[in-house]
Amino acid sequence: MLHLLPGVEGYMYPNEIELQWSILIVLYPYITGLVAGAFILASLERVFKVEEVKPTYRLALLTALAFLLVAPLPLQLHLGHPERSFEMYLTPHRSSAMAMFGFVYLWYLMVVLLMEIWLDYRKDIVAFAESKRGPAGWIYRILTLGSHNVSPAALRIDDKVGYFITMIGIPSAFLLHGYVGFIFGSVKANPWWSSPLMPVVFIFSAMVSGIATVLLLYMVTSKLRRTQIDMRCVDTIARYLLYTFVIDFSLEMLDLVHRIYEADESLRALDFMVHTRLYFSQIVLQIFLGTLLPIALLGLMQIWKFSAGARKAVYAVAGSLTLVGIFAMRWNVVIGGQLFSKSFLGYTSYKMSFATREGLLPAIILTLLPLVILYGLVKLLPPWPKHEAAA
Amino acid sequence: MDMTRRDLLAWSGKFILLTSAAAAAWEHVLAGTPEASPNYDMTKHWWAMLIDPGKCIGCGNCVRACEAENDVPAGFFRTWIERYHVDDYDLEHPQVDSPNGGRDGFPDIYKDGGKTFFVPKLCNHCSDSPCVQVCPVGATFVSPDGVVLVDQKYCLGCRYCVQACPYGCRFLNPKTNTADKCTLCYHRITKGLTTACCEACPTQARVLADLKNPKDPIHEFLRTHRVQVLKPQMATGAKAFYVDLDGSVR
Amino acid sequence: MKDFLRNTEHLLRVVVLLALGVAAFLVIRAAVVPKNFGEYGHFRPAALDDIRARPVRFEGHATCEACHTDEAATKSKGKHANVACEACHGPLANHAEDPVSVVPKLPDVAMLCVRCHEANASKPKSFPQVVPADHSGGVVCNTCHKPHDPLGGA
Repeated sequence: MLHLLPGVEGYMYPNEIELQWSILIVLYPYITGLVAGAFILASLERVFKVEEVKPTYRLALLTALAFLLVAPLPLQLHLGHPERSFEMYLTPHRSSAMAMFGFVYLWYLMVVLLMEIWLDYRKDIVAFAESKRGPAGWIYRILTLGSHNVSPAALRIDDKVGYFITMIGIPSAFLLHGYVGFIFGSVKANPWWSSPLMPVVFIFSAMVSGIATVLLLYMVTSKLRRTQIDMRCVDTIARYLLYTFVIDFSLEMLDLVHRIYEADESLRALDFMVHTRLYFSQIVLQIFLGTLLPIALLGLMQIWKFSAGARKAVYAVAGSLTLVGIFAMRWNVVIGGQLFSKSFLGYTSYKMSFATREGLLPAIILTLLPLVILYGLVKLLPPWPKHEAAA
Repeated sequence: MDMTRRDLLAWSGKFILLTSAAAAAWEHVLAGTPEASPNYDMTKHWWAMLIDPGKCIGCGNCVRACEAENDVPAGFFRTWIERYHVDDYDLEHPQVDSPNGGRDGFPDIYKDGGKTFFVPKLCNHCSDSPCVQVCPVGATFVSPDGVVLVDQKYCLGCRYCVQACPYGCRFLNPKTNTADKCTLCYHRITKGLTTACCEACPTQARVLADLKNPKDPIHEFLRTHRVQVLKPQMATGAKAFYVDLDGSVR
Repeated sequence: MKDFLRNTEHLLRVVVLLALGVAAFLVIRAAVVPKNFGEYGHFRPAALDDIRARPVRFEGHATCEACHTDEAATKSKGKHANVACEACHGPLANHAEDPVSVVPKLPDVAMLCVRCHEANASKPKSFPQVVPADHSGGVVCNTCHKPHDPLGGA
């Protein structure tokens, strides 16, 4: 091979040797995916009347909110001029999928998520506003927006409006994450991304990761609070996780097999994966450990009866593997798509730094930050059912 | 001394003639600026470039000239040269290199056999530009005279355009933290000069063309020669026309 | 009806808040976005002026030839007729601006000529190229060749 540039094999156009979209851009779809997935799980109870999952309803909403608040941060760190990001609101270019980010985000945050949480918690907020003292009391009083009307009639209206909001929230959640898939799927210059399946794959993997997150959080918080885990609830969540996973896996495999089969000049696919060490993250992490193994474990739970303890352990393992697998999927799309040259004659490598603006350290911090925010939200608006007031 | 009317007329005639001649001569001295910027009418031009890889000797003058004219940071390229080495009929597997963008020439490594040639590359200034399509805020655009430009004061540095360009001609400028690429020396061509790369090319492998100018030699050239654009299947409306482009060129 | 209004009053407060937000956004937008944005397409027309105002570094051979008529005449008869002045002499707009105080440094001949004329199997066969050691035995090029008319007289 010709070139003596470190990390480059074959030929890359000179300007594409260094990757443009870093781990932060891997993190952004991962986070919005968790938001969308957690919300869909919450809507299972509200709209589709799957009342087994009711114990996780409020937790799922707060999880969605915690992650949604962090979602713009990786983007801001990535921009060359974050101070200009408001331009997306001022002069959005209607032909660009990315331009809708600001509006979809604000719509989802204010009209869907915050409204739904507010309406569901209003009775508690008013109660806290009237009972708590000091700064906490002030927060609750502000949250009431000045209205203390929690009569049964008002609450019935809240419920109807909340139902309506969840209804529009479902397609909104799909839009919030689906447009990210379209951002990649519509780039004709990049054959690893360009596919009509991309938004669909993104949405289904979002649902998988969101459901797995709420499952894990519910189990972990129950453990921490020393309360009983509702097995009927987690069994149901695990079942929905399995169904969604099977659909997601089928879609991803369809995309991959199709590319390998057609093998046009743009993708000597297996060759590309081996050469760029995408093999580890794609085959090992994403497909085997992150998809096939969790599906097998969850499927096993449906076929044979296992004790509650065994099921809990399996759900924890399967859920964790799922989260790793979906992250690997985002990595393989974002980073993988930049590892080969648009001349189709070479490969480069991703040199991830650690403590720089777009390095591994900020990525880790941004992944943990939603958990910190969630802790605050859970303290402010306890999602636990009344009879389970903490041990 | 008294001047007769005839003398006055003769004197005035000579005066007018001489001042106009002087003015014309001065104009000629300023010949580098036949169209001063304020008189430039965007609607009368549609810029393109004609590139003849057969004439390119890989000297790298264009890369260095562009760097000097446009303050291009080291390691990034608004224009670059690729060298292709094709073995016989194997067009699908050319050996390609571009050491430092071809800025300082190429090492002499292909001593025997095969076909070797140079291909200058730059922004194709597509009329249906995919990079313009994806910009979220309107920081990159096609000017009314056909040049794809970046508004350095407006660009967010999101790099979506860099991903969307099929030709690899865009990069993020580390000094301005905005997207950057060949501007077809817009600041020069609107003053009647040619681009820095065309000026510096010793063999006229690169020639600026104005498709809206009926007197531009490109029209006759296109009638009598075969030209291609890069990646025509992308339907980008690319305006960098390559003469007799080999099938191995990516 | 009065009951209904009383029980939806809190929702009205939300709607009002959202409306205020939208109004504030519209005001900011009107203030910040240039009035002529979008005149030629989805961009700031002032960007065209910003770009046109970039400094010119290469003057262009027409201006060189207006003053340096002798060299221009010599060059136009020889093999380097179509090689622009600044292709060898480098960017000289600052010299054209102020010919007296900005005196250009003549290029280093040894390095300059070989850039184009050093033999390389990749270059077109018809292009004049030599192996400098064989060709001149290490003697610098302009000992025998006049750069403005390389093949004209010794």
